[in-house]
Amino acid sequence: MPNLDESIVREKIRTYITHELIRDPDYDLADDEGVITGGLMDSFALADFAVFVEQEFDVYIPDPDLTVDKMDTLDQMVARVMRG
Amino acid sequence: MLTPETRPAYATLLDAAALRPEEDHAPAIIFLATDAEPVTVTRVDFQARAQAYAAGLTRLGVAAGELVIIAHTQNLESIYAFWGALLMGAIPAMFPTLTEKLDRDVYMRNMNELVARSGVRLIFTSDAFAPVMARTADCPVIGSAELAGLANAAGALRWHQPQPEDIAFLQHSSGTTGLQKGVALSHRAVLNQLASTARAIDLRPDDVIVSWLPLYHDMGLIAGFMQPLVQGVPLILMSPFDWVKHPALLFRAIHEYNGTLTWLPNFAYNHLARRVRGRNIAGLRLDGMRMFINCSEPVRHDSHELFLQRFGEMGVRAEMLAVSYAMAENTFAVTQTPPDQPPRLDVVDRRALEKSGRALPARDGDRTRTLVSCGPPIPNTRAKAVNAAGETLPERRVGEIAIRSDCMLTGYYKRPDLQPFADGWYLTGDMGYMADGEVYIVGRKKDLIINAGKNVYPQDIEAIVNEVPGVHPGRAVVFGVPDEREGTELIAVVAEVDADDPAGRKQIARAIRQLVARESTVTVSYVTLVGPKWLIKTSSGKIARAANREKWLAEQGR
Repeated sequence: MPNLDESIVREKIRTYITHELIRDPDYDLADDEGVITGGLMDSFALADFAVFVEQEFDVYIPDPDLTVDKMDTLDQMVARVMRG
Repeated sequence: MLTPETRPAYATLLDAAALRPEEDHAPAIIFLATDAEPVTVTRVDFQARAQAYAAGLTRLGVAAGELVIIAHTQNLESIYAFWGALLMGAIPAMFPTLTEKLDRDVYMRNMNELVARSGVRLIFTSDAFAPVMARTADCPVIGSAELAGLANAAGALRWHQPQPEDIAFLQHSSGTTGLQKGVALSHRAVLNQLASTARAIDLRPDDVIVSWLPLYHDMGLIAGFMQPLVQGVPLILMSPFDWVKHPALLFRAIHEYNGTLTWLPNFAYNHLARRVRGRNIAGLRLDGMRMFINCSEPVRHDSHELFLQRFGEMGVRAEMLAVSYAMAENTFAVTQTPPDQPPRLDVVDRRALEKSGRALPARDGDRTRTLVSCGPPIPNTRAKAVNAAGETLPERRVGEIAIRSDCMLTGYYKRPDLQPFADGWYLTGDMGYMADGEVYIVGRKKDLIINAGKNVYPQDIEAIVNEVPGVHPGRAVVFGVPDEREGTELIAVVAEVDADDPAGRKQIARAIRQLVARESTVTVSYVTLVGPKWLIKTSSGKIARAANREKWLAEQGR
């Protein structure tokens, strides 16, 4: 398991969300903004996020962790990736 | 089993295999969830629960012929309530539940619109939302715990014996307003549909149907719910909310329970192929499947290819990939490609198709479009393409698809002003052509968007966008953008604003996304803000969706 730098993880996920999921590279995504509850993406984007995280950081997030409650904000996503 | 030959032995849906009185411990439903153990409901359990819920509804004062809305999470309770209502002669209808994300006031305004128009007797929902809904609902609302309590306490129930032509239940077209039409289906129509579809897919006693589809949608309600329960084949059911986040659940269900049949909207083929992780499907096999039936949004050949490429090594073969064309007004299926063979492909000259409405087989050098056949009509259903005057068109000429069958709706519930038939034919609003007895769909007559299997009316979303501060009222347009990656149409909003400063524009764009999410069940994929006079209007002053869509696509370099 490689050591991950939190600020790099955060920016990579932020870029991924704004470019791939929201499809608006100029979008100013706040760290604590609800991306699913706020209507920026559908909950099936969580499945896409899981694939991205595995490819990018070699971190496998089990299905029970992929819920709107646990994975709605950038802060939550980063924390989960950092746990490995 | 129920087939066109055995059809006379079934009078109403109460003759369903799952309701037969003999002791039978065969599984009727197995409910799967990511975060819980599987729950197996045998036919005996199913009968006991459905009867208890019927008695509970009776104790609440619900009478035969009254409309009961089930706006609940996809779970066993909502299923018992649905069948309980059928047993006591009420008319059930499944509806999307309120969620944390949705605006409660807007949801309830729509619900009360339905209550007023359709005369809803009772709404059944989750305990979490029952108090919220009860505050503003114009009819009684009951939560899970209360109905379960009444069901447990209730005594024996005498089943209501319906007539075959009585309305069994309603299906509501998906859409975002309360003005949805309730498609009223008789026992006779539903049984006819199930019998014909069973023949078309060669349904067998050892089939196992696997479904994650929502029960408030015709594909989920008929194919993924009524068919298995009426036929007595096991149903492996999960929640759509669970499945979209954890797509491998479908394959686990197929593998563990020997699934043979599943129905999927086109986007699901892409979702599965792109988002199932290798670790979650290691060791799973799909060899035992008979048919993956693509239905309810335009079928893309590239989605089938992607699916086959990714899951071929798990046992998926081209001849398992079937297609059906369906709509709530025909109860469900209109056509079905036959089992054990891939759907026909029709490669046509794109120019002739677009310019003159002729589907001419392409020659070398033509710009082409590949269309996937929806198959021939199911037994006792006819289909044809007609022109604007209603005249039948010859083969390979594009017109509106019209259908006629023994499984059509009785009418729109309590809407005598809406006449669904013209000379016994139902005009579908879909544009397509017939070739060698099979139906090909090329587009739609009106500006309807089908996003991930859901029908979305652009005018509903435009009305929401027009409420956003900073958007010029009446100067917003919404259209669908076909997306190869997702295998569905994504939703784009273009709105005229005055704001020049980047911060102000960002705020408006954000507000548009948030408001649409709160007031509808869809997510906007593209928001483009433009200056005044960008939008093209028709000579009568209406926003021209198709022209604005072309302009937007050109500006995006697509």
